[in-house]
Amino acid sequence: MSSWFNKVFPNVINLGWTGDTGWASSIYQTLFMTFWSAIFGGILGIVFGVILVLTKENGVKPNKFWFNLCDKIVSIFRAIPFIILLAFIAPVTQIIAGTQIGMNAALVPLSLGVFPFYARQVQVALESVDQGKIEAAQSLGATTWDIIFNVYLNEARSELARVSTVTIISLIGLTAMAGAIGSGGLGNTAISYGYQRFNNDVTFVATLLVVILIFIVQIIGDFLAKHLNHQNR
Amino acid sequence: MGIIELQHVNVDFPDKKREVVHAVHDVNLTIEKGDIYGVVGFSGAGKSTLVRTINLLQKPSGGNIKVNGTDFIKDGKQVISNKDLQLARRKIGMIFQNFNLLNEITVVENVAFALKHSGLKDNEVEEKSLKLLELVDLKEKAEFYPAQLSGGQQQRVAIARALANEPDILISDEATSALDPQNTQQILDLLKKLKDELNLTIVLITHEMSAVKKICDKVAVMQQGEIIEKGNLRDVVLHPKNTLTKSFVGGSLEVINTLKSLNLSNLNDEEAIYQLIYSVANVTKTIIIDLYREIGVEASMLYGNVELLDDEPIGTLLVLVKGDNEKQQQTVQFLEKEQVAVTRLNEKGDLYE
Ligand SMILES: Nc1ncnc2c1ncn2[C@@H]1O[C@H](COP(=O)(O)OP(=O)(O)OP(=O)(O)O)[C@@H](O)[C@H]1O
Ligand SMILES: [Mg+2]
Repeated sequence: MSSWFNKVFPNVINLGWTGDTGWASSIYQTLFMTFWSAIFGGILGIVFGVILVLTKENGVKPNKFWFNLCDKIVSIFRAIPFIILLAFIAPVTQIIAGTQIGMNAALVPLSLGVFPFYARQVQVALESVDQGKIEAAQSLGATTWDIIFNVYLNEARSELARVSTVTIISLIGLTAMAGAIGSGGLGNTAISYGYQRFNNDVTFVATLLVVILIFIVQIIGDFLAKHLNHQNR
Repeated sequence: MGIIELQHVNVDFPDKKREVVHAVHDVNLTIEKGDIYGVVGFSGAGKSTLVRTINLLQKPSGGNIKVNGTDFIKDGKQVISNKDLQLARRKIGMIFQNFNLLNEITVVENVAFALKHSGLKDNEVEEKSLKLLELVDLKEKAEFYPAQLSGGQQQRVAIARALANEPDILISDEATSALDPQNTQQILDLLKKLKDELNLTIVLITHEMSAVKKICDKVAVMQQGEIIEKGNLRDVVLHPKNTLTKSFVGGSLEVINTLKSLNLSNLNDEEAIYQLIYSVANVTKTIIIDLYREIGVEASMLYGNVELLDDEPIGTLLVLVKGDNEKQQQTVQFLEKEQVAVTRLNEKGDLYE
């Protein structure tokens, strides 16, 4: 078995398990980047999504200024291709992370790259909450915070789980591109040690690992979306 | 001094073509403590828009609104702070056509949500929520999710939730419209019972006159944003002044359904359909025979019904009268003299024009 593996995937073994170029390191880097940028980008996305829904014309707290501001920010950031965003915000990254390259530095463009996408998804998910539920809550004397947490976010939780899954999956895609600024990760391994060195076996295994990772995220996401839903069963 | 006072209330909506829809136009309405006040009218009449101004879910464009002695709106301006409005709303319960329960929390949590700012401790909130569910006879469903209940049960949860903060007023916006007749009856009976037990004032919006007849003691009829008639239910039913009211008070749906099922072809000039409404006690039992004797017209019965209105039997008859124009006029005069409210209908059950 292992001699067969050695023959078919020689370069995969050469990269090793630990060490800078090792598989464990690149898996860890991918997970690290995905996790933390999902947290930062997720918080930003939820905040923007909530503000957009609250301040829209028929919202709970209609406010043209805040709505337009958030709407424009989201639209502009969404319009910038990620690979350009990486370069474009390098100076900001320098200020926030203290460096422009590496795994930590990649969190800045990753979070900013994913948040507008997520904000729009959150906005749509929250808008799917029946206006009647909001009115019922208002008629009970609910505060704006009650409406945000108990009505909007909680009633849309299954839908939020679904869009979060989609977002995390596209985020895993973005971490591969972040390899361009030396962030490491499976994408970087596939390109730098696989493709560019004609080590097709490395590219193959790195791709396979990314696919498995995405499958796991999808399965967990589907499970959550189903079990958080009590709407029509 | 009413518990709800609406004066010159207007609600305008901007239309697409820069025109204005006057959804509610110069409405004056005083609702006294302890009333069960019905608001009826066809779809789009402005009923929902009007009652939603009572708890300011809908901000009016003009007028004065005073609830429970507190000014909400004066000359079209909100004079209550948003914080105070939140507190005031807890004393105005509201139930809706679609129940509007929160689907991701259990029945008992839905009721508890209303008590979030009541100052009660967690276990007291739970205890009170269960008590409220007992009031609507649903204690055994406390741990269910709303989607696992029938429509009638969901509406009862919504009632428990609306009553959680011990409101003085309960607004019901088409609360029974999504329910079958049996559940409708149950909910109406429950509202009446709760009104007596909890000293409520109820505003009941519906397009079904039969619901109003069952539990209301006063009624307002709306058409195109205006209240065209209002007063004690008995007066409005027995002496309707407006033609729309006349057709409405007959229990319109049943009458219309009867006429539809009879499938009458076009009437000729010598035939007319009338809806007769009268207090059974005041009208001799033989009016149809009297009609033949006095005027010489034949009246055939299409539909008949007697309902109790506050224990007073009220009759509704649908008759087809054959006779020329003069005879028809005499018929109407004779019936009106006999204290019968007469409305001429066409073969589809609509007002005759
Ligand atoms: N938010 C809104 N924007 C614009 N027009 C509105 C709005 N809400 C209601 N209207 C209009 O106001 C009028 C009255 O509507 P309303 O919902 O009060 O009628 P209703 O009597 O409750 O009817 P239904 O029996 O169908 O519930 C309608 O013409 C409706 O189109
Ligand atoms: Mg309505």
